[in-house]
Amino acid sequence: MSEDKQGMFGAAGTGDTSGYGGLVLSAASTGSTERPYGGYFDQVTDDLERAYPDFADAIERVVVDRGELTLHIKRERLVEVSLILRDKLKFEMNMGVSGVHYPEDTNRELHAVYHLLSITNNQRIRLEVSVADIDPHIPSLVEVWAGSNWNERETFDMFGIIFDGHPGLTRILMPDDWQGHPQRKDYALGGIDVEYKGAVIPPPSDRRTYK
Amino acid sequence: MSTYADPYASSRETTEGTVFSVTGGDWDSLVTEIGQAKEERVVVNMGPQHPSTHGVLRLVLELEGETVTEVRCGIGYLHTGIEKNIEFRNWTQATTFVTRMDYLAPLFNEAAYCLGVEKLLGITNDVPEKANVIRVMMMEFNRISSHMVALGTGALELGALSPMIFCFREREKVLDIFEFISGLRMNMAYIRPGGVAQDLPAGTVDKVLATVKDLRHSFKDNEKLLVGNSIWMKRTEGIGYLDLAGATTLGVTGPVIRATGLPLDLRKIQPYSGYENYKFDVVTADTCDVYGRFLIRINELEQSLRIIEQCAEKLKSLEGAPVMVADKKIAWPAQLSIGADGMGNSLNHIREIMGTSMESLIHHFKLVTEGFRVPAGQVYSAIESPRGELGAHVVSDGGTRPYRVHFREPSFNNLQATSAMCEGSMVADIIGAVASIDPVMGGVDR
Repeated sequence: MSEDKQGMFGAAGTGDTSGYGGLVLSAASTGSTERPYGGYFDQVTDDLERAYPDFADAIERVVVDRGELTLHIKRERLVEVSLILRDKLKFEMNMGVSGVHYPEDTNRELHAVYHLLSITNNQRIRLEVSVADIDPHIPSLVEVWAGSNWNERETFDMFGIIFDGHPGLTRILMPDDWQGHPQRKDYALGGIDVEYKGAVIPPPSDRRTYK
Repeated sequence: MSTYADPYASSRETTEGTVFSVTGGDWDSLVTEIGQAKEERVVVNMGPQHPSTHGVLRLVLELEGETVTEVRCGIGYLHTGIEKNIEFRNWTQATTFVTRMDYLAPLFNEAAYCLGVEKLLGITNDVPEKANVIRVMMMEFNRISSHMVALGTGALELGALSPMIFCFREREKVLDIFEFISGLRMNMAYIRPGGVAQDLPAGTVDKVLATVKDLRHSFKDNEKLLVGNSIWMKRTEGIGYLDLAGATTLGVTGPVIRATGLPLDLRKIQPYSGYENYKFDVVTADTCDVYGRFLIRINELEQSLRIIEQCAEKLKSLEGAPVMVADKKIAWPAQLSIGADGMGNSLNHIREIMGTSMESLIHHFKLVTEGFRVPAGQVYSAIESPRGELGAHVVSDGGTRPYRVHFREPSFNNLQATSAMCEGSMVADIIGAVASIDPVMGGVDR
């Protein structure tokens, strides 16, 4: 996500030159959004700053994109901020945790994304924590929202993020003795060649792709 | 220990104690053997192929006599890797995958995903009105068919056979509508990024209104059988108790949280696809138990019918209106059409691209093989599925394929509440509690 991509086709090292070499895809912005954020986002961030004096240190970035607010949080501060969000800002529910793997985002390869809902104020915000692949530890939020239990197990299963303090961090969807974490980008999709009327069709991950 | 090998109830010693494998038949020797054991504690695996576990759910029960002291769910038996697979398909192809997750609510899966993609593309407001009306109508029909399975199988599991017959009869009528409109009864991939796959066939409004009338009449059969039925109430009242505090901390949504008295319905509080333009009530109960969840599902049927009637009214004035965004860089190049041999490419379109316009052929080829690009970023789109909040976290890196899509499945989160609902209850009440959560394992495991 952090680098611009060139060329049209994904497969490298083949003789295929039919793509437009000049095509450049611009990467997503990596900076903070400038105030005002619009909607209830200003009020939520103001309330959080008031209730949590270390805001500037804990929150790395505040991003407002497509009408949604994302707070990028340092992992050491995740539990503190979550407690304040739950108790002071009334984000009663954690709707889930989803992992995302960005192999190009050096030292921040693994992201855990939390979707919070406030029933009282009818608001949604998102927390994002990023950690390095070589040190994939994030504190668990099971003590804050009990429902994070299975969500964190799934994210561990699929990405290998270790949630410290989780009461029983085991695989949940894959078998217990499974090797690897399937949703990571370096984990192959798998599949076999299929022959149809003499032509061989490779599995989806090996076909020519468009960036 | 028995002196002979019982072919139906053999036992072996493990580090965890004696393990009995019971395959049916003679239970007497098993009871005798368990009676000889020093411990009262018995661990029983219920499932993953138990008929009342809604597919392949495994429940590990720790029993003391008939009382359940601990329940643990084992899931993952239906994990199909849909989230991984769609990272290798283009944005439109992914709809055919996500529709297969929660197989009782395919249109909701498609809608959550497509709303996410549209938000990323910034075309949420460009989706034509008719497409939105069709989406709402189809989703409400789907809510009915899903509730029919929930009520029918739920009743069946508690020993009531007739409601199941009625529910599946009603569900069949809804599936006929799906087949009439989309060509398929399940897994239709009908809702696509930018609109819907094809326009309504002629005569849809009349057929829909006739079905609504029919359903409203025949729903009464079920109500008469179960609502207020003393046997049914004995099996459901006060069973599977989960209050508001428990539901919020566990992230439970849908009928289960509405049974605690909280009117949490995303159609009302965070409307999408034009739900703000329809009149309907959010159904709640205040009993926090299986009976309350059952009543909510029964009463939601009428609300869905109300919404469908309003959709039909709107559709009357939308004859011939577009059902796909106007942007040709996103809209699928051709509408499918239903011929005598089922759904397929429209012959007019084939004639155009093969016979008259090379530019159309190029456009078709590019869009179908390569797909469209979605600007980089991430969104979370949530809708109210029959089971609660269905959310799609859609991430794009700017390419032609999803970078990552994660589904916040209501079944997955709600199933976590099984332990809270069942520990301390009787074995037989687990069946009712799990049925009232209405988990669909295809959605839980994805």
